[in-house]
Amino acid sequence: MKPADVSSLRMLRRARDRIDRDYADQIDIPALAAGAGYSREHFIRAFRAAYGETPGRYRTRRRVERACELLRSANLTVTEICHLVGFTSLGTFSARFAEITGMSPTAYRQQAAERGGPAPIPGCFMLMWRTGLPAQNASLPEKPGPAAGP
Amino acid sequence: MIKGISIVSVWVLDQESAKEFYAGKLGFSVTNDLKLDNGMRWLTVRPPGSENQELLLMDPLHSMLDEETGQQVRALVAKGALSPGVMATSDCKGDHSTLAGRGVEFTQEPADRPYGVEAIMRDDSGNWYSFTQHKFLGD
Repeated sequence: MKPADVSSLRMLRRARDRIDRDYADQIDIPALAAGAGYSREHFIRAFRAAYGETPGRYRTRRRVERACELLRSANLTVTEICHLVGFTSLGTFSARFAEITGMSPTAYRQQAAERGGPAPIPGCFMLMWRTGLPAQNASLPEKPGPAAGP
Repeated sequence: MIKGISIVSVWVLDQESAKEFYAGKLGFSVTNDLKLDNGMRWLTVRPPGSENQELLLMDPLHSMLDEETGQQVRALVAKGALSPGVMATSDCKGDHSTLAGRGVEFTQEPADRPYGVEAIMRDDSGNWYSFTQHKFLGD
């Protein structure tokens, strides 16, 4: 696939920004595609070509990243957090969470509590790592990785 | 001794639109808008609360870059990959509300962080900034 032109990239970026903003809503991929002026299949291909992952995968990472923050900082149950970040099923939430962070939401919360205070890294940088989040048991790096966009 | 960074270069897709965004929407003052002999437009803006820091709004197609590299930079800007840094505000929530009312895009609402209150903002080209009220700045 040849690189998209600047106006297509802007449309893709707007769609991705919408995921960043409205991750908790039930925004579906066909609606994002339509908003960006693409068919569903073409949108998914173009998004992956620009950002290295599908829009659905990016939406999942965004939701999990938000869930991590709430697990670290908010006095809410895992089920409440699951719904707050846009998952409709606790089973799906736990499965996706484990895929990305390597542990369950409850284990993540315990580990964060044991580690003590928050990492001295702006939250926006956390999502920018290609992997989204530090690997399980890895100590947090002292500096943010190269930025790839929030 | 090094006293700071006086000019930060920001790649933009369209200098006229960027001027309108930074001056018209963010309230920056335009400190220079000159056409240089080599065809480059030297456009600098200064945040309202700063005395010695400027942004240089650069067009990659009329810069030191070759055409191909310039196009690559434009693509990176358009897809939202680049960030010039952190904009410091004395009132993140208030400014967010004012700027959003003027049509400035935010990808993240103001949220309390260990280091202050932070939102994430886009400029009209696609550059993103952390928009942060640092704890040590207060207000």
